[in-house]
Amino acid sequence: MISEPALDRLSAMFQGPDVTGTRYQLLSVLGRGGMGVVYLARDTVLDREVALKIVERPSEDANEARILARLEHPGIVPVHDFGELPDGRLFYAMKRVRGDRLDRWMASGRDLSERLGVFLRVCETVAFAHAHGVVHRDLKPENVMVGEFGEVLVLDWGVATTPSQSAASQRRIVGTTEYMAPEQARGEAVDHRADVFALGAMLESIAELAPVLAIARKARSDEPASRYQDVQSLAADVSRFLAGRAVEAHRERLVDRLARFGRRYRLPILLVLTYLVARILLLWLVHV
Amino acid sequence: MRGTQPDDRRAAFDALVTAYWKPVFKYVRLKWHASAEDAADLTQGFFLKAYEKDFFSAFDASRARFRTYLRTCLDGFVANARKADARLKRGGGVTLIPIDFGEAERELQQQAIDRVDDFEAYFRREWLRSLFACAAGRLREACVARNREDRFVVFEQYDLAPDDRDRPTYAELARRLRLSQAEVTNELAAARREFRRLVLEALREQCGSDEEFEAESQALSG
Repeated sequence: MISEPALDRLSAMFQGPDVTGTRYQLLSVLGRGGMGVVYLARDTVLDREVALKIVERPSEDANEARILARLEHPGIVPVHDFGELPDGRLFYAMKRVRGDRLDRWMASGRDLSERLGVFLRVCETVAFAHAHGVVHRDLKPENVMVGEFGEVLVLDWGVATTPSQSAASQRRIVGTTEYMAPEQARGEAVDHRADVFALGAMLESIAELAPVLAIARKARSDEPASRYQDVQSLAADVSRFLAGRAVEAHRERLVDRLARFGRRYRLPILLVLTYLVARILLLWLVHV
Repeated sequence: MRGTQPDDRRAAFDALVTAYWKPVFKYVRLKWHASAEDAADLTQGFFLKAYEKDFFSAFDASRARFRTYLRTCLDGFVANARKADARLKRGGGVTLIPIDFGEAERELQQQAIDRVDDFEAYFRREWLRSLFACAAGRLREACVARNREDRFVVFEQYDLAPDDRDRPTYAELARRLRLSQAEVTNELAAARREFRRLVLEALREQCGSDEEFEAESQALSG
């Protein structure tokens, strides 16, 4: 029988990671993701704080680290280091980002254009990943960080797929139900349009205006062929909305079109109206 | 439980019985104050009924841990059995994996537990003991199969030492096994890596879905 002290010893092997012999010192837990735990750690060589992710399962090995190393983009957290701990777990050190998760950031009262601005930055990052053949597969507000200086970062690429991965691992059902495309939930192989679906679900939580909801609904169509065929097209429609132009996903009524026209050309319309009122007043004064 | 084919279902069920029979036996002995003989009958009867009625298939990983669900089912089963005051049948056309209740009873006597205040925690700890014992057994087999007995001996004498006072130092281990201290360090690190992998493998066999496995392995990590 395994004795009580031995049971405690073995249990301890599964608790805090053993970072003996590495350059890192663990400070606290930053968060737990599907594929491991992220610690705030100090890099004792460079004397700086880093986010140290410890990956529990060897089968998932360096997937995220390799993807992150391949994707150099301001919207993606860079990886500084990668290795194996004495207990066999894998670790990789990433830049420590200070800020708020998108869901919490939005809850702190942001206006629509600010929220959509952040959404467009997420779209830019995801489009960049798609251009490199990487599909995130778990996009949701909790996986987006808005930094202290306005930087927008897409996190948690642990379940992302690349074209070099096996069909079986591409079909593994991962992600978050609320944001998961139907084909992904069915365990079928997915392409970049699964991310378009997730972005649509995110957009729905960002704004409730009819044109934005129409864009979101199109992005999260059940059939991949009915969605925007790439993230750029989705982002272009959101940009059109922000610029006060008609969006492709939404057929406007005349009254909506006039209202949008009014919003877009508010200043010139005001100037013309002011001029006309002044002219009428002047004519009236001359005739009195 | 994973697998809809009869063979798959049986294999998954056997994995559960292997992992849980000792915790169930000890729990019934302590929580329900059953004699060793009654606890053995109740444990057999519980797993047989679970197999025949397939009641583990109703488990919903989003609502509770499997351990908690199993314990709830077990409490219901024992309460009903006590109410009916019926002798529990052994067998019933299905043979469970060989179970040595004598061994479990000896362990219980060795543990000499006076009183359990938190049965949830007790059941978890016994399940963990059973999980680690299974992985340690597999580690021993793997080391023997690869002619790496030293690796298991280092692990056994250092990490499985029954008492902290009996735990040898690396230098003592090196002398006993005629290895260098660096070799002891390396063998122990390799054994721990393999042990961790085998624990997760055994845990995976007990879980019905990826989500349940994620939750259980995270709980294992504290």
